[in-house]
Amino acid sequence: MRHGRAAKAGTSFVQCQQCKKTLFAAEFETNLRVCGHCGHHHRLTYDQRIRYTFDEGSFIELDQELRSADPLQFPEYLDKHAQSVAKTGLQDSVISGTAMIEGIKVATAIADFHFMGGSMGSVAGEKFTRTLERAANSSVPAVIFCASGGARMQEGLLSLMQMAKTTAAVAKCQEKRVPYIAVFTDPTMAGVLASFASVADVIIAEPKALVGFAGARVSKQAQVGKAADDFQTAEFAARSGMIDRIVERRDLRTTLTNLVQMLGAHLRQGASVG
Amino acid sequence: MAKSWKEWEKPVLELDEYIAKLKGIAAQETNPDKHARLAARLEEFEKRRDNFINIRYSRLGPWEEVLLARAEPRPYTLDYITQVFTDFTELDGDRRHGQDHAIVAGPANFEGRPVMIVGHQKGRDIKQRAFRNFAMSKPEGYRKAIRMFDMAERFRMPVVTFVDTPAADPGVESESRGISEAIAASMLKMFELTVPIVSVVIGEGGSGGAIGIACGNRLLMQEHAIYSVIPPEGCAAILWRDADKGPQAAAALKLTAQSAMELELVDEILEEPFGGAHRNPIEAATTVRDAIERNLMDLDRMSPEELKDHRYKRFRSLGKLETV
Ligand SMILES: [Zn+2]
Repeated sequence: MRHGRAAKAGTSFVQCQQCKKTLFAAEFETNLRVCGHCGHHHRLTYDQRIRYTFDEGSFIELDQELRSADPLQFPEYLDKHAQSVAKTGLQDSVISGTAMIEGIKVATAIADFHFMGGSMGSVAGEKFTRTLERAANSSVPAVIFCASGGARMQEGLLSLMQMAKTTAAVAKCQEKRVPYIAVFTDPTMAGVLASFASVADVIIAEPKALVGFAGARVSKQAQVGKAADDFQTAEFAARSGMIDRIVERRDLRTTLTNLVQMLGAHLRQGASVG
Repeated sequence: MAKSWKEWEKPVLELDEYIAKLKGIAAQETNPDKHARLAARLEEFEKRRDNFINIRYSRLGPWEEVLLARAEPRPYTLDYITQVFTDFTELDGDRRHGQDHAIVAGPANFEGRPVMIVGHQKGRDIKQRAFRNFAMSKPEGYRKAIRMFDMAERFRMPVVTFVDTPAADPGVESESRGISEAIAASMLKMFELTVPIVSVVIGEGGSGGAIGIACGNRLLMQEHAIYSVIPPEGCAAILWRDADKGPQAAAALKLTAQSAMELELVDEILEEPFGGAHRNPIEAATTVRDAIERNLMDLDRMSPEELKDHRYKRFRSLGKLETV
């Protein structure tokens, strides 16, 4: 179990992964899995994210037919993939579809770090791309939740190509004047950060989320200057001007609603006229 | 497993040296009998060398291709620029922060027409390697590239990019100036262009640093170039917690030009001269020039919108998956 276990029957407790304090499970859930003591934003599964973000029952999953292959016959890939399927109930690291947020329709994709570190292979790349294309073609905003260690090594160069493919789809959104909002959750790294994620119209990050290009070890080895204590965090990225806002989870729904409402208003006017 | 390309290049170089010496002696020899004997010996040693190259190069495994792609005597971007183009005018400002010597860029003439060139540049000696930051570009390099792509679009110039980098710069400063955004924005810009783009991988195609300038209508790879999502040593460190297992990782990653072709990710493999591009840089450059010319002529048939659409569709189709 990811967030501690029930201490005794009746009342269940969980332990904060950051400050290790004991929390009431019910309160932890009400707080959207943010620690009441230290404010640590625990990683979410895709279904928690959907529940916390969108209008109840509004998420419709699409692209369910996509399944990962093993084109390189990479060592242990099928086993690792199968383990992640069993662990998460997902078929790959991303789930995509449409949803409503305060009554406004959006195209969305949600990455789940629990599935092979949220890594982007052919299936994840295809789902991100379809989400952006869906937004562009049906004139609704795109909201993408990132949670990934980067491109999926086990699909080799095919994974690298997903960086270009997903970025190309962002160009389609821009052409169609469709707003695209990326939410960086813990962690948003490497091949995902260096592609569609970083060219969103608006980038929101959850507090303390890991945000970086190279693995921290590589970066620090290669460092020229001295790394700040918060190197490769959302706070560091914000200070560097690389993201727009750090938003606490309890405010995320409101922030997203405001953004899709304002940046996408012209699309809805167009729709009602034509 | 070889640690350096020099391990199999060394016997070749020794034979080369001996052959050169024999040639010198033969040229001086006035006695026709002795001259004939020297000529026969010369022929024998040339044959011996060529046989060795033939056998060795027909058996290069993925790891040896990695070593060869990284070999210092391989022709670099500026070598191709000198051989293939004229009037290259290097332009070097990102208009944001600073210079980046790991990417060179600027307009040049190619077969009577101006084109825009962007390419990673490695250095050969210690000083040059440091100056070029080992061809690991910082955000400034990609932002300079974006400026060049913009000008190419405005002034209707085809774009040629040369890919040869181990990776983008992973340092703290690059991170703080947005290396990820710079790479992503460079790719995004390439997808907006309505002029032809031809990308050529001439050495190391190192992950995000490479694809940041490799979103062309055509992707060409030299025979002994590699293209990978992660360096094999890094992959081995993650998979087997052992960076020395690079050779196994190189095989698993399918990073050779041949594998990239089998995965349908490249359009053409450019054959290299006998024994590799470094043994005959002029011939290698001729092959590269012919390929660029052929591909640009092909792309010239498309309208501006078709070119952009073609590039989108080319990348849109990449990926191997199953549907149920
Ligand atoms: Zn806590």
